[in-house]
Amino acid sequence: MDLILQIVAAAMSSGTPLLFAVLGGILIERSGIIQLGAEGIMLMGAVTAALLYLRTGSLAAALPAVLAVSAALGLLHAFLTVTLRVNQIVSGLAMTLFGSGLSAFLGRAIAGQPMPGAVPKLDMPVLDGVPVIGVLVAHLDVLTWLSFALVIALHLYIYRTSWGLHLRALGDSPPTADVMGIPVTAFRYGCVIAGTMLIGLGGADLLLVFSPAWIEDMTAGRGWIAVALIIFARWNPLRALLCAYFFGALDALGFRIQLIGSSIPSYFLKMIPYAVTILVLMYLGWRNRGKPSGSPESLGVPYIREQRL
Amino acid sequence: MNEPHAVEMRRICKQFGALVANDNIDFAAKPGEVHALLGENGAGKSTLMSMLSGVYRPTSGEILIRGRSVNIRSPKDALALGIGMVFQQFRLVHTLTAAENIVLGEKSSVWRGASWMRRKTEEIGAVAERFGLKIPVERPVWQLSVGEQQRVEIVKVLYRGADLILLDEPTSVLTPGEADQLFEMLRQLRDAGKTVILTTHKLREVMEIADRISVMRKGRMVGTMNRYETNERELAQLMVGRAPAGVMRPAGRPPGKPLLEAEGLTVEAGKGRTAVRDLSLTVREGEIVGIAGVAGNGQSELAEVLAGLRPWRGGTIRVCGREWKWASVRTAIESGISHVPENRMKSGMAGSLGIVDNLLLKTYRHPERSRFGMLRSRRNRAWARSLVERFDVKAAGLDTPVRQLSGGNQQKLLFAREVDRDPKLMIAVHPTQGLDIGAAESVHRLLLELRAAGRGVLLISEDLDEVMQLSDRMLVMFGGTIVGEMSRENADRERIGLYMAGLQDAPGEEAS
Repeated sequence: MDLILQIVAAAMSSGTPLLFAVLGGILIERSGIIQLGAEGIMLMGAVTAALLYLRTGSLAAALPAVLAVSAALGLLHAFLTVTLRVNQIVSGLAMTLFGSGLSAFLGRAIAGQPMPGAVPKLDMPVLDGVPVIGVLVAHLDVLTWLSFALVIALHLYIYRTSWGLHLRALGDSPPTADVMGIPVTAFRYGCVIAGTMLIGLGGADLLLVFSPAWIEDMTAGRGWIAVALIIFARWNPLRALLCAYFFGALDALGFRIQLIGSSIPSYFLKMIPYAVTILVLMYLGWRNRGKPSGSPESLGVPYIREQRL
Repeated sequence: MNEPHAVEMRRICKQFGALVANDNIDFAAKPGEVHALLGENGAGKSTLMSMLSGVYRPTSGEILIRGRSVNIRSPKDALALGIGMVFQQFRLVHTLTAAENIVLGEKSSVWRGASWMRRKTEEIGAVAERFGLKIPVERPVWQLSVGEQQRVEIVKVLYRGADLILLDEPTSVLTPGEADQLFEMLRQLRDAGKTVILTTHKLREVMEIADRISVMRKGRMVGTMNRYETNERELAQLMVGRAPAGVMRPAGRPPGKPLLEAEGLTVEAGKGRTAVRDLSLTVREGEIVGIAGVAGNGQSELAEVLAGLRPWRGGTIRVCGREWKWASVRTAIESGISHVPENRMKSGMAGSLGIVDNLLLKTYRHPERSRFGMLRSRRNRAWARSLVERFDVKAAGLDTPVRQLSGGNQQKLLFAREVDRDPKLMIAVHPTQGLDIGAAESVHRLLLELRAAGRGVLLISEDLDEVMQLSDRMLVMFGGTIVGEMSRENADRERIGLYMAGLQDAPGEEAS
């Protein structure tokens, strides 16, 4: 029981950065734009958080900076894909390469400097007595709570508001959205920028909460996992939470087996989450063959109003 | 005539690059009338409508709505002026329900709880009721039939308060029965004071539904007249620019031995759908067998199987007496089957390649065309030139990318390739789709020539007139199988319509 709780807690802390990235990705892809730059954006978010926090010692300076940097990256992606109609896959890959290169350069001086306790915890002593839940949530940090709020907010937004209806229409059929008076271009810009900010926040969370020191390429493929999780979650925020924690649990499991001191080389243990990702994707693909994937129908297709259908 | 026109367009021009789609168009519709915009494909009707609905913006000219000059910059502007358009390709989000689609553009409230949705559903129901339209509001659009989807579109436009309703080719996707229902709805709308403008290229529909008719030809407005002052013959002449001669159909010889025999054919279409079920048909030498039916009833899949493109699950296929073991395009080509596919630029030709290369696509293996794996270029060019002349393909040069040819010339080129192979059996799918009358006539002539030469033709088309005009025998496909068969003499439009709608499922009384 205790072990299970420990793993769940570990899953939450290692899954939260992913959760931010997946939520951002869902928002972007729901609007019909493919998002493959998560790895680079998370790295940029992380390095910005590290630089600002080490210099100022204040979270209030670091987080807005992270949001500003990722918003700029989002603006760039939106400009390339929505306005210039550049191939969205190429733009995303470029963003990944650019982000990992630039973050490595910027972070050289601060590599390895620890910054523990950067994010304050929201202590709720009342809950200490409550079994299970108390153990899990009584001392969570602010960003994790924020991620919970975002899951719920995004879910309500997509399924319960007129703007969410517009978003769903936009990803499935931009010509329809356009005829219904929804500003396609502006809406896509908004979604890409807001979503990219969430992904950047995921990078900051990874750095400030999960592994409080900057190391080059510290995301270690989490951005790519986030891309896969968007598909797992079938573009649904609630499922995104489950998927992110599932992956987080695998991550924690590998770490734990390593601690026990098994003779399996650590490289193999670190491989677990990624290998399982491939297996789960294969399983889902096989089980859902011939069924709609839930993917927005116009994902990856630029919209040109005067183009004949 | 003091009442202002509901809509008036003055000296409208629209250019797409070098192409002039609308050349100095004057057009006006009165309030409370059904006005038909008649013209062939490519005459510029849809372009004109799209400028009213704000999808395109005119290059020059003026638009007046109820006597006031307006500038329609976007679909939103159009809607604010009370203009609603039902596009040929519906603007519906398939994953959303009909009601969600209808309230999509609504700005009134951000929160969409269950009670809000319920109230809206009732409002939509009331609007639909008032104009006598029945729609399943709570079902997702992808589950609705085409006719129902169109009704959702019309309700959407009405719900949003449009009193000028534009319909672009509204009957092109409907069965004859559904079209009659649509006309009934349009009459009700007119009687309720709405102005309805619809585009079509079908004369019979115009005479049935329109109060006034404007005819367009090649981007120009030819004239506007009252229905009771004109007739189909005059309209056809205006539309084409000359009296359509129609293709003479010589009496055929009695059909010879069977070329294609399919028995109990069953085909899967992916996603667990059975596209063709237990279908049997025979095509003999010297006959044209026409398959009519509304799109999506398995015709495309049937054609793909017969062209060797798609595997089948059950049943047998024999071509010239030899049974096919598995799907193979190579086998199909070598058994003498020619295929004019449904989308010529998608699976018929390579758009960026020139004429010579496209003509070679099926015959490059022949020793006449290549030797030891090397193409015989000079010989092939001469051959291509002779084909271009023989089939009257108009192109700037032999190396012009075929994408740049007009639709009619593309189709002629495709026929040149397929007919030159001297096929035993021609499978032609929607062979005249998107062609003007002149090009369509040459396609019809080619098919009849094949028939006269003792070849077999399987003609799959949504154009009922075409099927009735050319075929020796007519089959109607519905739900993946042949539901009706009739000889040329017994063919009757109304019965075919019933078969197409799946309303009469007894097999034809003279089933072979």
